[in-house]
Amino acid sequence: MKVLKSAYSGLIFLFLYAPIAVLIAFSFNGAKSRGAWGGFSFRWYESLAQNAEILHALRNTLVIALLSAVIATIIGTAAALGMHHMRRGLANFMLNVTYLPVLNPDIVTGISLLILYVFIGINLGFSSLLLAHITFNIPYVILSVSPRLKGMNRHVFEAALDLGAGPARAFFKVIVPEILPGIVNGFLLAVTLSIDDFVISFFTAGPGVSTLSITVYSMARKGIKPEINALSSIMFVVVLLLLLTVNIRAGRDIRRRTQNHVRSRSPRALSSREH
Amino acid sequence: MSRRLRLTAVPYALYALIFIVAPLLLILYYSLTTGQGTALSLDNFRRFFDLSDTVYLRVLWRSLWIAGVSTVVCFVLGYPMAYILSRMKERTRNVVSFLFILPMWMNFLLRTYAWMTLLERTGVINTVLKNLGLPSLEIMYTAGAVILGNVYNFLPFMILPIYTSLTKIDQNLIEASEDLGAGRAVTFFRVVFPLSFPGIMSGFTMTFMPAVTTFIISKLLGGGQNALIGDLIEKQFKVAGDWGFGSAMSVILMVLILLSMNALSRYEKENAGGGLM
Repeated sequence: MKVLKSAYSGLIFLFLYAPIAVLIAFSFNGAKSRGAWGGFSFRWYESLAQNAEILHALRNTLVIALLSAVIATIIGTAAALGMHHMRRGLANFMLNVTYLPVLNPDIVTGISLLILYVFIGINLGFSSLLLAHITFNIPYVILSVSPRLKGMNRHVFEAALDLGAGPARAFFKVIVPEILPGIVNGFLLAVTLSIDDFVISFFTAGPGVSTLSITVYSMARKGIKPEINALSSIMFVVVLLLLLTVNIRAGRDIRRRTQNHVRSRSPRALSSREH
Repeated sequence: MSRRLRLTAVPYALYALIFIVAPLLLILYYSLTTGQGTALSLDNFRRFFDLSDTVYLRVLWRSLWIAGVSTVVCFVLGYPMAYILSRMKERTRNVVSFLFILPMWMNFLLRTYAWMTLLERTGVINTVLKNLGLPSLEIMYTAGAVILGNVYNFLPFMILPIYTSLTKIDQNLIEASEDLGAGRAVTFFRVVFPLSFPGIMSGFTMTFMPAVTTFIISKLLGGGQNALIGDLIEKQFKVAGDWGFGSAMSVILMVLILLSMNALSRYEKENAGGGLM
């Protein structure tokens, strides 16, 4: 059974990672064509450093991802907080509106924003792209902060006020630490979605502005430049290392928690937890 | 105090009004206008549902069919994976579930494009088959390639919600079922599977919806022949310049998806806001 499980997981991961392996392998391909193998080489990594088009797209992608995630996190966290203290009917109504961009197909969100920009006369360019990314990021922040607020004791904030903290101090010292995991989660989700987005960017970017997705799309017809493979491989390794560090740290937390658990519970309680 | 805290939602309320509500109303408005004038008409919808020329209806049907097959394949592949994942130790589980999200950090277009390298007539898979003396596969530019692209891109969206709902199941229920004499198979089909329904439902919506509307996967892997409704909409906006008709198709798509979502939401109540989280 165990062998079967490992074999199955292995096959699923082979399926998910096969194209990525191909990309990384071809980033070291000495030949230009993706059909032929021209020996191991770093030439695409070298020419990447000189490719202004790709570097420009990379800069745009990262700036838009971080900026839109920061703005969406601020607006979204404030919104979640406000909605948490509203009358139920109104809060539910706002939550339903929030679900719209999540439920709507990307293509509908993209063209509806395009129509809006044309209608109110916003020029397509960097700012239209940024606004679009903020728009599709905010719901995910709200949806990851809200459950945290629901799980929080409502009276803690009032207790802080009773103990003499001002509202701002009470907010930053009491509420923020409680909902921080939700905020961080929402922020990371926003960055991920923004970096991976193509459809909405495709409709809302102007002629002069391009993200990595848009660059890849325009290359796809003529053939992707191998420098893109090199760049993606670098990004993949960076993210892998980043997430591994975070995960190892989280794993350490879990272990610490379990150890505390062992100390605070009787052995019997622990054994019933193990399956 | 809560009165003042309520005000923190005001910026978002304004933002949502301008960037969520207004654009949707504008789409609706455009869908009711044709190129000629500003008078409202249902011509765009009539054109789409024209029974004497069913070209658009056939594209819609093909999109739903391809998305449906992709979703079922995702489910069949994804459920066992989610189940295996949910039985792992907490630490392994975290690492493995993060491995499902990791590919998303590599550009979605690029990953799809890499499948071309794998699937082409002279691609990696066929080269391997040839060296093994096996017949080569003709996958590229077929509906099968589009389905493969969909499954590849949306599989994590099937696995993660099911995994989440499986980990939420109260272990006592499983033990109770075993105590009452049910075997592993009976316990699975009578207890675990029904309790994972909310996850299955969110998995279905999270894979079916993007699969219906994709226009990149069909373009790259399906070659022009397998155009989907998303390709049609994209063409109206980027090539044909018929925004009215493009908007009408978007409205149809939106209604279709919101209706099916509404039908599914009955099962999803317990999992509200669940999704990927």
